[in-house]
Formats: sequence, structure tokens, C-alpha cells
Amino acid sequence: MKRNSVLPGFGLSLGFTMFYISLLVILPLSMIFINSVSVEWSKIWGTISDPRVVASYKLSFGAAFLAGSINVIFGVLIAWVLVRYPFPGRRIIDGLVDLPFALPTAIAGIALTTLYTENGWVGQFLSFKVAFTPLGITLALTFIGLPFVVRTVQPVLQSLEKEMEEASASLGANRLQTFIRVIFPELLPAALTGFALAFARALGEYGSVVFIAGNMPMKTEITPLLIMTKLEQYDYAGATAIAAVMLIFSFTILLIINILQWWTNRKFI
Amino acid sequence: MAGNVPLQFTNPPLQTTAGNSEPRLVRWILITLALAFLGLFLVLPLVAIFIKAFDKGIAVFLEAISNPDALSAIKLTLIITLITVPLNAIFGIAAAWAVTKFNFKGKSLLITIIDLPFAISPVIAGLVFVLLFSAHGLFGQWLIDHNVKIIFAVPGIALATLLVTLPFVARELIPLMQTQGTADEEASLTLGASGWKTFLLVTLPNIKWGLLYGIILCSARAIGEFGAVSVVSGHIRGMTNTMPLHIEILYNEYQFSAAFAVASLMSLFAIITLVVKNIIEWKAKKSFEPEEGVH
Repeated sequence: MKRNSVLPGFGLSLGFTMFYISLLVILPLSMIFINSVSVEWSKIWGTISDPRVVASYKLSFGAAFLAGSINVIFGVLIAWVLVRYPFPGRRIIDGLVDLPFALPTAIAGIALTTLYTENGWVGQFLSFKVAFTPLGITLALTFIGLPFVVRTVQPVLQSLEKEMEEASASLGANRLQTFIRVIFPELLPAALTGFALAFARALGEYGSVVFIAGNMPMKTEITPLLIMTKLEQYDYAGATAIAAVMLIFSFTILLIINILQWWTNRKFI
Repeated sequence: MAGNVPLQFTNPPLQTTAGNSEPRLVRWILITLALAFLGLFLVLPLVAIFIKAFDKGIAVFLEAISNPDALSAIKLTLIITLITVPLNAIFGIAAAWAVTKFNFKGKSLLITIIDLPFAISPVIAGLVFVLLFSAHGLFGQWLIDHNVKIIFAVPGIALATLLVTLPFVARELIPLMQTQGTADEEASLTLGASGWKTFLLVTLPNIKWGLLYGIILCSARAIGEFGAVSVVSGHIRGMTNTMPLHIEILYNEYQFSAAFAVASLMSLFAIITLVVKNIIEWKAKKSFEPEEGVH
């Protein structure tokens, strides 16, 4: 099994790693599928195709997709400004971008809710409702996903060779053409990876969303919340069935992310 | 992978020439747009937390962070962090050692499994332990017979947090140790050092910044985890409430000032995390390119 290495500790490190992930990842996650198999298929189908549950898939997917898209646009813009333009406070702003990774999600949730309710600091100036609507959910998911796109696009922008842009300019392209034809294709794999990471995170996100969502059945109920609701009613079979659906989506996204990262690395190494 | 972005370095901005830059006006508009977005999405919520915390005066703030329920939540959060972070750090080192120093079949599958906790919903991370250890779970009857409590108790919270934060240190160390290769360790072994000595005196100094960085990210998540912990905790006041759960209860009881007071404590910690993270990035950058002068 092991090849061409004289270093010690193979058995110990791999053994411990396998033991640890078997106990904490493989055994626990396989419970979802073991429990699903032991229930009749018609009962599972009844749970996962219930209109209330289907409405939650649509909401979770729609809001996560919208938030991911907003993050791609502003994430690329922020990465661009941070890499290309010197301005006072650039280092501090750069550090601040990671705030959504450092701030507990529940705190982000209550802070955003307070700002965007009808008489909140921001909400009072808006003619439409944000908190307790799908818009509020999208807002929270945008907050959570922002660093992913910035941090995947930033290193690619830094490693871009400016000679390429100069060549494009000297061949007569204007700045916009250079961006669309030369820079953008280089950024695309990283931007898509960032989108997929933000999307995956947004799909499963719970803490920041529950406060701002309002959690009305059929309207503002996300899928992770439904799992929680079923659990609180001791409907373990129902919770597990919905979790199985979410896990399958998560695995699919993980696969897509791996392909995207392979594509990004191929382009740049 | 989702939930984590590896240690990276910020270079000074490009030298701009007519060929690779935009007109002043365009630059100015782009910078304003980016700053406005960050201001609205990141700075404003952060400012709001601190202002709302002192909304009803300093006395309410002090009461909120010093009442017994808050103190027991702070204590439990610290205990959970002290259990989970060292375990996941040891796991991260072991996994990175196995993956980067040796070749074996199924390596990329192993890395994918290590990444899994980042891709699953925190609610599912809690649910799986309920399926294993609750009264109706796989080991439920056995646990009741032996009078062991895992769900709605501290061990369950620790397990759920362990699962959610499992990849942080490993994901940080794997790419780092990959680029460092095995030459340093081989030299040390050739010169007669033992395996452990080689690890402690050669590998550990090489990976210290990456390790510290992973530990910082892991701690931040362990302290702030909400969804997974919420499933397994049972929300028993003074017993199984972590700080984020305590904030949730206060908020749902319309004690907004108290909720934001505890939240401001955690936000302060988040800001410290960001500062430490940036210092580590700066240190790591210096230690990786010592010969490189001023750009």
C-alpha cells in the first residue's frame, strides 16, 4: 500500500485518521441512510413530496442561488478593488471581509433582523418588507457567503500577469474589451468555485436564517428548519427522510466543487 | 472547501500603467460601490450589535453578561471549545501527515470525506447524533440501561461541535505540508533523529503558522456554532445552553438589550479572531519569503 517513503508514522497517522473519521463522520452520516432504508418507501416519498416540504426546497434553492449570484457580482468587484486599487484603509477592509466566518451565525441573524424590520435602521427607509420575507432570507445568506467568492477570486487576480492586459491594450482593445475578453475568462473558474462554495453553505445554513425568516409554513420556511421542526415533534423518520434528500444534494455540490477546483488548478499550475 | 479558505497572502497592488488600468472616474466608482456594499452588509450589522447592547444603559448590559445563566453559558462554551479544538487539531496533524507524507490508494477519497462536514447542514450534523444516541436511537436503550446521557447533555454538544469543526485544521495543513514535501524530514532521519524528534523539531516549526491559523478558525466556529448544537442541546437553562443558544432564548423572550449584550461579547471575540488571523497571515508571509525585500 505505502510507496517510496522512508518517513515513520504511516500506520499510526493513517490508523488514527481512519478511526477518527469513522467514528465522527462515516458512522453518524450512514445513520441517515440506514434509518431511511428501514422505513417503507411510500412513507418516505410521502414526507419528501409533501407540498410544505417541496415549498421549502424551492425557497432554500432559490434564496441560496440568488444569494450566490449577488456574491459573485459583488465578490468579484470587492476582490478586484482590493487587488488593483490602492486606497486608504485597504488592509483593514481586506481583513474585514472574513467577518462572516468569524461572527457566530446566530448573532448575524439577530443583527440583520433588527436592522431590516419595518422600523429598523434600514427597514424604515424601504418601501417593501425585507425581514420575515424570502428577501430577508436571501440577505442573510448573502452575508454568510460573501467571503467565499472574494477569497477564491483574490489569489487568481493576484497571479494574473499584467503583460497580458498590456498586450491586449497595445493590440487596440479598450479597457472594457480587455476585461471581458482577457481577464474575465481567467476569473471564471474561481468565481464559479466561489459561487458553489457559497451556495453549498447557504443551502444548509440555519443560524443566521431562522431569526430573519419568520418561519411561516409554505412561505418562509427553509429546509433545515423543517428538519428541526420534525425533530421537535419526535418525527425522526420524517426528519431523516428530508435530511437524506439534503445530503444527496450536498454530495452532488461537493462533486461539482471538486471538478471546478480541478479545473481552476489545471488552468493556473 | 465550504467553511474555510486556506491561508493566503495579500500582495501590494499592481503597479498601474495606461495599459492595465482604468480611468480615475471608473476606479472611484468601483471603490465606492465595493465599500458601500461592505459597509451595508458587514460594518452596519457589527455597529448595530454594539449600539443595541448599550441601548438600555450600562447597568442592563452588565446584568445581562453577569447573571448566572449567562455565566453558565459562557462556561459551557469554553468547555466545549477546550474539548473540541485540541482533538480536531491532533486529528488535523495526523490526517495531514498521512495524506502528505505517504502515497496510498484511496487518498483523494479520504480527503473528500474529511471535507464532508463542510458540505452538510449543521442541522444534519446534530440530527445524526440524535439518531445514534437519543432514547429512540441506535444505542438509546443501551445508554439508558447504563445511565449515560449524551443527547440533551454536554457530550452530545461536544460531539456535534466536533463533527462541524472537524475539517478546519486538516484543510489548513494538507496544502501547506504538500508544498513543503518530505526533504526536511528525510534529512533529519538520515542524521539519526527519531521519528517523534523529527516531527517535533523539524515538521512542527515548519507548520506552526498554518496550524495556528487552523486552530483560530476552528475555535471561532466551535464557539459560535448554533444549528448543530441547537439540535442536541435541549436548551436547558444553566445546564446545556451555550452562548449562541442563550442569545437565542433572550432574543425570543424580547429581551433584546440582554441578547445584544451577550452578542457584543461574542462579536468582540470575532473581531479579535480577525485581528489575530491577519497577524498570522503577516507572520506566515514573512517566514515564507525571508529574502524578498520591499516590493
